[in-house]
Amino acid sequence: MRALLFALLFLALPAVAVEPEEILDDPALEARARAISKDLRCLVCQNQSIDDSNAELARDLRVLVRERLVAGDSDQQVVEFVVARYGDFVLLNPPVKPHTWLLWFGPVIILILAASGVALYVGRRARPIGIEAEPLTAEERARINAVLRDKDKP
Amino acid sequence: MIAEIGHYGLVLALLLATVQSTLPLAGAARGHPGWMALGPAAALGQLIFLGLAFAALTWAYVVSDFSVANVAQNSHSAKPLLYKITGVWGNHEGSMLLWVLILALFGAAVALFGGNLPETLRVRVLAVQGMVGFGFLLFILFTSNPFDRLAMPPADGRGLNPLLQDPGLAFHPPFLYLGYVGFSTAFSFAVAALIEGRVTAAWARWVRPWTLAAWSFLTIGIALGSWWAYYELGWGGWWYWDPVENASFLPWLAGTALLHSAIVVEKRDTLKSWTVLLAIFAFSLSLIGTFLVRSGVLTSVHAFAQDPERGLFILVLLIIAIGGSLALYAVRAPTLRSTAVFAPISREGALLVNNLLLATACATVFLGTLYPLFLEALTDEKVSVGPPYFNATFLPIIAPALVAMAIGPLLAWKRGDLGRAMSRLWIAGLAALGVAVLSYVAAGGDGILAALGMGLAGWLFMGAMVELAERIKLFRAPLGESLSRARGLPRAAWGMTVAHAGVAVVAAGVTASGAWKTESIQAMRAGDSVEVAGYTFTFEGVKTVPGPNYRAERGTFTVTRDGRPVAVLTPEKRFYPVAQRDTTEAAIHTTWLADLYAVISEPGADGAWSTRIYHNPLVPWIWIGVIVMGLGGALSLTDRRHRVGAPRRTRAEAGAAAPAQA
Repeated sequence: MRALLFALLFLALPAVAVEPEEILDDPALEARARAISKDLRCLVCQNQSIDDSNAELARDLRVLVRERLVAGDSDQQVVEFVVARYGDFVLLNPPVKPHTWLLWFGPVIILILAASGVALYVGRRARPIGIEAEPLTAEERARINAVLRDKDKP
Repeated sequence: MIAEIGHYGLVLALLLATVQSTLPLAGAARGHPGWMALGPAAALGQLIFLGLAFAALTWAYVVSDFSVANVAQNSHSAKPLLYKITGVWGNHEGSMLLWVLILALFGAAVALFGGNLPETLRVRVLAVQGMVGFGFLLFILFTSNPFDRLAMPPADGRGLNPLLQDPGLAFHPPFLYLGYVGFSTAFSFAVAALIEGRVTAAWARWVRPWTLAAWSFLTIGIALGSWWAYYELGWGGWWYWDPVENASFLPWLAGTALLHSAIVVEKRDTLKSWTVLLAIFAFSLSLIGTFLVRSGVLTSVHAFAQDPERGLFILVLLIIAIGGSLALYAVRAPTLRSTAVFAPISREGALLVNNLLLATACATVFLGTLYPLFLEALTDEKVSVGPPYFNATFLPIIAPALVAMAIGPLLAWKRGDLGRAMSRLWIAGLAALGVAVLSYVAAGGDGILAALGMGLAGWLFMGAMVELAERIKLFRAPLGESLSRARGLPRAAWGMTVAHAGVAVVAAGVTASGAWKTESIQAMRAGDSVEVAGYTFTFEGVKTVPGPNYRAERGTFTVTRDGRPVAVLTPEKRFYPVAQRDTTEAAIHTTWLADLYAVISEPGADGAWSTRIYHNPLVPWIWIGVIVMGLGGALSLTDRRHRVGAPRRTRAEAGAAAPAQA
């Protein structure tokens, strides 16, 4: 489907993303770069991370991420650097902020609401099987007898 | 001339849809058999005329009639015949035509095979189906007519996007649409039941096979798209939580829930209004998916139908269909209440848990997919919602569903015994533990969560087997008796076991490929070799080979393991001169436990090619598991009870709770 979408959008070509010459010599640093890249959006693409994209901008960002890492930035500093330039839109993992509260807490709220709905439904329906109904009081019994006697009269 | 016949066919189909959605409905209300008889006839006629229109467009593609605008824009005379035909639905207009053709196909199927339905119900179902067809035929004729002519036909066409020139296009969209549009039948049944103000166990029995068929097609269709992306895009991934993928996944989640809740309606005559609502939701989500993909609302930059007119038209259709059916639901649902007792620990209780989790998962994916759109529309804030969000929210919701999936089928209807079910599942628990530990060790102590995921898959698979063993009294009765019991099991029961086992296989594939993928990116010259996951890939260089309408650079890798040859991989990079575009063709060798996946991309200035090689563990299991799931659906569909239906008996027993058979 994504293929279809891409084809129809006439956007990025489906070539490889990370090119060999971009890769850092230090495998630990490279692994961090890959992890960071996976969560950064290629801004000119359709919902694609810079790690997946071969767009020019994605390549620039990948190189930038690696430059910052080599310069000694922590992962968080790298991400903050990119966000400072491009805004939250660049994050594929949206930060928890007032305007994403509904997004992040929504599933929990939905689950709680749905579970309470189910509990309410079952609670109303689940007459515990095996337990007999409460016995009638003497007064109720007398009233039933009275009603039944009335019925029998012609 | 042929194109005009096709156009004319569309118009006639529209007229028949008008008849189909009005007169029979009035006939059903007034008990006028003549008017009611128009319904099935119009449904069959619609199929014939849309078939004619579709054949006309296909003909225009096959003979490369570039005086038809749609053909000129999307085809080329040098294209192989297969892609001339599949190119019919590789564009907006043609794919909408396929959409209504499949809608008509389901309508005609109800007309032909719905003989066991009460006449008024069948006619009302067809009328609702006709209304949907009416809306979409109007849409095609007014905004997306595939038969528009060009005054000045070009000498040759613009060609089909090279990415779509793949056998995947032949199967993926038709299957996807058979699923998407197939839910229209469940929707029509739901709306018809609301019109009649009556949902019975018999209704559920009739609606199940249609839902099951749509579900099976959609399952296969989604997997085909995923598989296509996997081998065609060359990223080694198969699912990206892309909005377009989500658009097809949403109706699947709702449809899966519907499939299960309809069983509760059939067996226990309860959950009726919820089931009707799910049927409305499943098709509404299909419509929303169509809207998202067709209107181009997903991208502000550029899209499928750039024309805002089309987006607006579908949006209005959407509002009428969804709003109308929900309004009818609001009015009629209170009459659908049932008084059946509902115990939490029971088969129906487990199915309710399934529905709770699937509906929540569906709502979550919906939220994540549409949140950026709504946020931007309402506040101008832009936010991206990518795979990290969906993995963080969807997986925790679906994991408990997989746990419950093994337990539910072991609980009896009305009143189940959880302790007894769990004690039967000891072997599944053992399997879960064993698989988890084994995969943890095999992965070299990497990924505790993934190991747990594998354990979950093992639990589910053994759970399905335990359930089957229970039914046929395996090892508790003589083998002969078990075999005869197995033969006597209803096909629907077999279908469930097979489908659940398929889910387990998919779960294992999804977990392993996500967690333990190995990737290696490097520049290689002929003769270089690289070690990936224990396999040695030796690059033999690149040759240029001609294709029918492209030129390919074909790289060759010989793969060995411990010096023994394993495979020769020949990934290609193709150049299509008509479109002036490249495509990547990944080369994949599957060992059934993993895929060895190789892609070549660019030659560097120094003559070395950049290559990427993946070892994707258990990816083949995803495809196998999905096929098994689809087979499970098909098996269940062949259950005699779905066709015979035995409506009278079921209706008589409905009040006194139908016996628990399956």
